[in-house]
Amino acid sequence: MSYISKPKIQHPNAPRNKLGLTSRDYEGAVSTLCAGCGHDSVTAAIVQSVYELNIEPHMLAKMSGIGCSSKTPAYFASQSHGFNSVHGRMPSVTTGANAANRTLTYIGVSGDGDSLSIGAGQFVHAIRRNLNMCYIIENNGVYGLTKGQFSATADIGSRPKKGLPNQQEPIDPVSMAMSLGATYIARSFSGDKEQLVPLIKGALMHKGFALVDVISPCVTFNDHEGSTKSYAHTRKHYHNVVNADFIAPAEEIRAAYDEGSAMSIELHDGSKIVLRKVDQDYDPTSRASSFKYLRDRFNAGEIITGLLLINEARNEMHDLMGNVDTPLSKLPLETLNPGNKELKKILSRYR
Amino acid sequence: MAKLNDVVIKIATVNGTGSASANGLIMKSLFRMGIPVVGKNYFPSNIQGLPTWYEIRVTADDYQCRSDRVDVMVAMNVQTYARDLAEVIPGGWFIYDSTWPRNRQLGRDDITIVGIPLSRMCNEHFDGARARILMKNIAYVGALAAFMDFDLDTITALIEETYADKKKLIASNMEAIRLGFDYANENFVCPLPSKVEAMDGTKGHIIIDGNTAAGLGCLYAGATVGAWYPITPSTSLMDAFRFFCAQYRVDPETGKRTYCIIQAEDELAAIGMVLGASWNGARSFTSTSGPGVSLMSEFLGYAYYAEIPAVLFNVQRCGPSTGMPTRTQQSDIISCAYASHGDTKHVLLFPADPGECFTMAQTAFDLAERLQTPVMVMSDLDIGMNDWMVPEFEFDEKQIPDRGKVLSAEELEEMESFHRYLDVDGDGIPYRSLPGVHPKGSYFTRGSGHTRYGAYTEESSEYKDVVDRLLLKWETARSLVPEPEIEFSKFNKAAILSFGSSHGACQEARDRLAAQNIALNYCRVKSFPFSASIKEFIQQHDVVYVVEQNRDAQLRALLMLDSDADPSTLISLLHYDGMPLNAGFVVRKVLEEIAKGQAARGLAK
Repeated sequence: MSYISKPKIQHPNAPRNKLGLTSRDYEGAVSTLCAGCGHDSVTAAIVQSVYELNIEPHMLAKMSGIGCSSKTPAYFASQSHGFNSVHGRMPSVTTGANAANRTLTYIGVSGDGDSLSIGAGQFVHAIRRNLNMCYIIENNGVYGLTKGQFSATADIGSRPKKGLPNQQEPIDPVSMAMSLGATYIARSFSGDKEQLVPLIKGALMHKGFALVDVISPCVTFNDHEGSTKSYAHTRKHYHNVVNADFIAPAEEIRAAYDEGSAMSIELHDGSKIVLRKVDQDYDPTSRASSFKYLRDRFNAGEIITGLLLINEARNEMHDLMGNVDTPLSKLPLETLNPGNKELKKILSRYR
Repeated sequence: MAKLNDVVIKIATVNGTGSASANGLIMKSLFRMGIPVVGKNYFPSNIQGLPTWYEIRVTADDYQCRSDRVDVMVAMNVQTYARDLAEVIPGGWFIYDSTWPRNRQLGRDDITIVGIPLSRMCNEHFDGARARILMKNIAYVGALAAFMDFDLDTITALIEETYADKKKLIASNMEAIRLGFDYANENFVCPLPSKVEAMDGTKGHIIIDGNTAAGLGCLYAGATVGAWYPITPSTSLMDAFRFFCAQYRVDPETGKRTYCIIQAEDELAAIGMVLGASWNGARSFTSTSGPGVSLMSEFLGYAYYAEIPAVLFNVQRCGPSTGMPTRTQQSDIISCAYASHGDTKHVLLFPADPGECFTMAQTAFDLAERLQTPVMVMSDLDIGMNDWMVPEFEFDEKQIPDRGKVLSAEELEEMESFHRYLDVDGDGIPYRSLPGVHPKGSYFTRGSGHTRYGAYTEESSEYKDVVDRLLLKWETARSLVPEPEIEFSKFNKAAILSFGSSHGACQEARDRLAAQNIALNYCRVKSFPFSASIKEFIQQHDVVYVVEQNRDAQLRALLMLDSDADPSTLISLLHYDGMPLNAGFVVRKVLEEIAKGQAARGLAK
């Protein structure tokens, strides 16, 4: 992936977060994606999220696979470790990385091809394990780097620039994740940063698998008339059913919420997510009813967005296994072998 | 057979009938009588109902391979009766279950056929179908004890140890032993001439399989993350690791685990997890077999290029494709040495027995972290799943594990700038930093073209700079990997070169050939890349017989590629039918090659 490094000049009065860092400190190299690419807006939302969450840069790990979306970790958090792995395999690398060190914050950036075609198997199993990570799919319905083939999220009837409309059933990552028991599921639109930032913040702080499916139009190959993943189509058809406000630990809830429509959910670190339901019928804590709602609206041609499901009760991978809190990578090796005397005891079984 | 404690017993049963514990009982009884033994299990890729054999070689000379003959056959499976009968050497014994009439067509005049109504006796003495089937197996142990003069006290002690928690089973097992033992004594002249005698040949030894040894080695190496996908014949390796971790890796106060074993969705994911964990600083490994390595190849190339440590145990089985999953081979040598597309090569270790599975597990982690690259331990089904008698393992508590060039937070703090792929020391090994340690250590790990500073590149010279440095690292690897085992006499111009599980048969073959005045030097390769001493060894000989268990002479090809060995010196002796190698094959092939050589020089009769 090509990139151009960015000059390190900062405005002296730039605001700083609790760590004394400016948002520039969370930026990366200059993006080499096409001008107007939705992915760049997602990158900006990630920068804002990690800056506002006061995440120490070296405690953030940026994971990705292959594709336009997977290039983006080079464009944010240059002081964080990045792992740009092979196509469709980001979930397994993140699983291993998390197994070794559970104290880092993992953000995975993937695309619809990377997660739902070549990497569908790994995506599914990371959810089953309730791997503690924020998993962003930059969903544009096409393969950009190979110039415009349909991906598995292309809707029936969606037209490519050249050739015939798609006739195959699309894979919807949100309903897929719901059926697999993901514990935090959100959908947003790269053109709606106000909605996207709190959803990413919640996903980063959620303890478990947090999916953020972001409709992120491809300006070069899938933004034309007849495409269902274009800016115009998305703007016209997307409906926010559950607004989410992210409230950091110890921060007060200042906004006034309507009685009945607001619902506060506390995350493991003490931060809160206040949900404002636009549609009173929607229950983001019920897997069954939200699944039905989603499918009904999907069939009606709507793109439902917001924080669609949250479950803070289920344990993440390490806790399901009963692992120690200390990162396994930090356990001194000399404490991990039982010694020669014990070896004699072990081997007595084999006589 | 005239020699004392030199006899081969083969037991033919049906798989899924519980014969494994009976066969283990025989092995251990002999072992505790001080008699060296070799156990080989020939089992089907099936859970229940197909033929299976267990072969026990009693070898006073302590040879580490199967024999190519059968002296005593215990034929418990009617499906294979005819072929089992044919396999016994003239003068041998054939013991069968005489509960049912035997086909009169099936007989041999040159062996002794002994019928014992094992099923009938067990049906009379035990209740329930399962118990009757299980006890029938124990009863043949009793009969063998009478015929071969096994020590009954030893058998009793073993049964008592095995069923210490299930006392009821002790009595029934002992009853079954008695049934077989008494019947044999009452109806035949016992013991047979080829009986065994207690000796002092097993002190300081254990009986263990390579997968258990490797799992134990990983525990001692301090591995904390194991990611795998079940595949025969490697599955018992991770099972063993799990077993040992459950005992030694649980915090006594909190009850929490200091290990993480993940059963992955496939082998692609398994190796991906290993790379993620190693990248993050944990000692991490996977166990697999040939088909798994095929799936892992893309990631192996990634790890080579992005320079991430990884330890992989390949318990090789018979290929190609699904091949014969429960048969052994050494046929993944080239596919592992060069796994993945582009210019890649990987460090391989070749354990010859379970003892080396234990030690090489530790070596593999040290090398992987030192060299920042995948290291594959090339075991096989024969080593991994069979019971080997080996010297008891030692763990050197003073030896400090090599974690390689990993920068600490303090070191990073003091550095002006950190560049991930810069060769600071001139050995081709750059320094690495772990996530979560220091912001200065951050870098972008990628499989795409990168510069020595870790930045993306499509510039020819910057790309070449890194891949050429990887070649320098390869030469450093050559100086760090285990040296070969060499037995050399300047008077010999011919030699055998082998590796892994071919070792035992080669050593026995050399003894047998020496007895015919054919003295051969020996080189056992323990690792790839090949040390300079291997190249030198080949150059010192006119003929080197390369013994390997594959069809395509893969090690020979590697010797030519990596050691520039002269192909005319290397004569292949190839054994690839899926059965473990035996010395007779090697002897026969060497003699054939010598005859061919003489014929070529006009010396033929």
